[in-house]
Amino acid sequence: MAHGLANSSMKNPVLRWVDERLPVLTLLHKEYAAYPTPRNFNYFWNFGALAMVMLMVMIVTGIFLSMQYTAHVDHAFDSVERIMRDVNYGWLIRYIHMNGASFFFIAVFVHIFRGLYYGSYKKPRELLWILGVVILLLMMATAFMGYVLPWGQMSFWGATVITNLFSAIPAFGDQIVMWLWGGFSVDNPTLNRFFSLHYLLPFVIVGVVFLHVAALHITGSNNPLGIEPKGPQDTLPFHPYYTIKDTFGLGVFLIFYALFVFFAPNYLGHPDNYIPANPLVTPAHIVPEWYFLPFYAILRAVPDKLLGVILMFGSIAVLFILPWLDTSKVRSARFRPIYKWFFWVLVIDCFVLGWCGANPPEGIFVVLARLGTLYYFFHFLILLPILGKLERPLPLPKSISEPVLSPSPGGGRVASGATAKPMDKA
Amino acid sequence: MADITHSDKPAGEDTGPTRRDFLYLTTAAFGAIGTLGFVWPFVDSMNPAADTLALSSIDVDLSPIAAGQSITVTWRGKPVFIRHRTPGEILAAEETPVDELRDAQTDEERVEKPEWLIVVGICTHLGCVPLGQKPTDPRGDYGGWFCPCHGSHYDTSGRIRKGPAPQNLHVPEYVFLDDTDVRIG
Repeated sequence: MAHGLANSSMKNPVLRWVDERLPVLTLLHKEYAAYPTPRNFNYFWNFGALAMVMLMVMIVTGIFLSMQYTAHVDHAFDSVERIMRDVNYGWLIRYIHMNGASFFFIAVFVHIFRGLYYGSYKKPRELLWILGVVILLLMMATAFMGYVLPWGQMSFWGATVITNLFSAIPAFGDQIVMWLWGGFSVDNPTLNRFFSLHYLLPFVIVGVVFLHVAALHITGSNNPLGIEPKGPQDTLPFHPYYTIKDTFGLGVFLIFYALFVFFAPNYLGHPDNYIPANPLVTPAHIVPEWYFLPFYAILRAVPDKLLGVILMFGSIAVLFILPWLDTSKVRSARFRPIYKWFFWVLVIDCFVLGWCGANPPEGIFVVLARLGTLYYFFHFLILLPILGKLERPLPLPKSISEPVLSPSPGGGRVASGATAKPMDKA
Repeated sequence: MADITHSDKPAGEDTGPTRRDFLYLTTAAFGAIGTLGFVWPFVDSMNPAADTLALSSIDVDLSPIAAGQSITVTWRGKPVFIRHRTPGEILAAEETPVDELRDAQTDEERVEKPEWLIVVGICTHLGCVPLGQKPTDPRGDYGGWFCPCHGSHYDTSGRIRKGPAPQNLHVPEYVFLDDTDVRIG
């Protein structure tokens, strides 16, 4: 079919007319309704959709906030206070946006660790995973620049510290930092460009998310068993099965989100950011937002400036090559008896690093942060390549539907006649 | 409750609402109300904020304005013309037959005190500011204001007399606090 109209299954004549000329409805139906999805998703598979919803919430609230915000060092702080006090529902929109950043990161972190546990980064989903890491980097940049905009003390000093990371670059460091600032310190030009980029990057994220989903729909979703669907008996149409499951999960997620927005809106923030920026006084205890704490801990764990910066960026960079570091052919940790334990060690390690990042770099926290950093890189660079060779995985089920539809040896329970007949082609 | 796994409709009866219809409608209504509840704060955030509303009235001292003089004050971001009319201007405004006006209004309806005319200085055609405040400005054929954009002529009561504008210059809400102080808005 080189030329002419596209085939459409639309019944409505107007929709059909459009769809034959621009088959977006067919595309939507194919990718979001009929899309064959493994039938055995658990609730960890909600978090991709939750992250997508959070991205939309952040963009909508951000657009409305930007209508009231003034990106100027003399007015930024006051304009945010005006949003809180004078703008109709400004307090609500700002608190949704502020806490939305945290809940976006919660959704994305769970999404990432789900990928780590079930081996979602392995062949053929390497590029899908890499696009996800790109999204994480863009999110981190966007969140950082957004935190600068209220121009409080934490905004100013966070911006100063993070931009100064680039001064560690040999030879050109100072020039690069001046270029980032547009001056000799964090000042009005810095605030203006951060506002511009903070508005731009979310739309770049939307673009990369589109590629992420497009790549996902080529390879198909991974699932808790980590084996490919063998046929239609292993999948369900995305709608209504997973639209409903995602909607239910979203409802639960939003309850926790709303709890923070309405009852503890400043719990995840820092009181110091309600003090206007003062370039002459640094707050006594300066920490980033919670979602950056593990990376911050890695930065401070190393007594060398350049090496600390390299390791901090390296902690993300290592994720890009993860699909080739993990040599195990088995995806799901359910069938990897040793990796399963190390996965949880990594989770605990990240929490310990976060805890160290939240505390002053002295005493026990220096030791813990160093051990945590050491384990983080050991896990990815040494353990995963070796473990794939040494570990003996458990036997994989023949198909996704087999454990459900076949008589189990223990109970002898046979699936009811209502479910599909098993047709294993494995 | 025992038969919820069976058909919602009793056998042989195929009209009337079912339990499923009820669930669909209540779910849809709940979703619609929730969506409206979510959308409203965003829509309302674009309405004038509290600090904007707080500046929505101004007090003007009229005592320095001599008869025949006009001043322009800014009220809600718009120019307001205050003219201390001369007895001749008042007479001209009052004696104009109302039935030959495009937007019929008597002069009494447009002023609190005959010597003080207070109007919003925005042409009702397409929003330009008419000329006539300065002594050197053209005041049009009727001695009031002349809009240079498309040639609307207003009289000494700010009423449209000639040109494309559909309405008289608007009269803002105002009260006289005493003989020489007025609060607009």
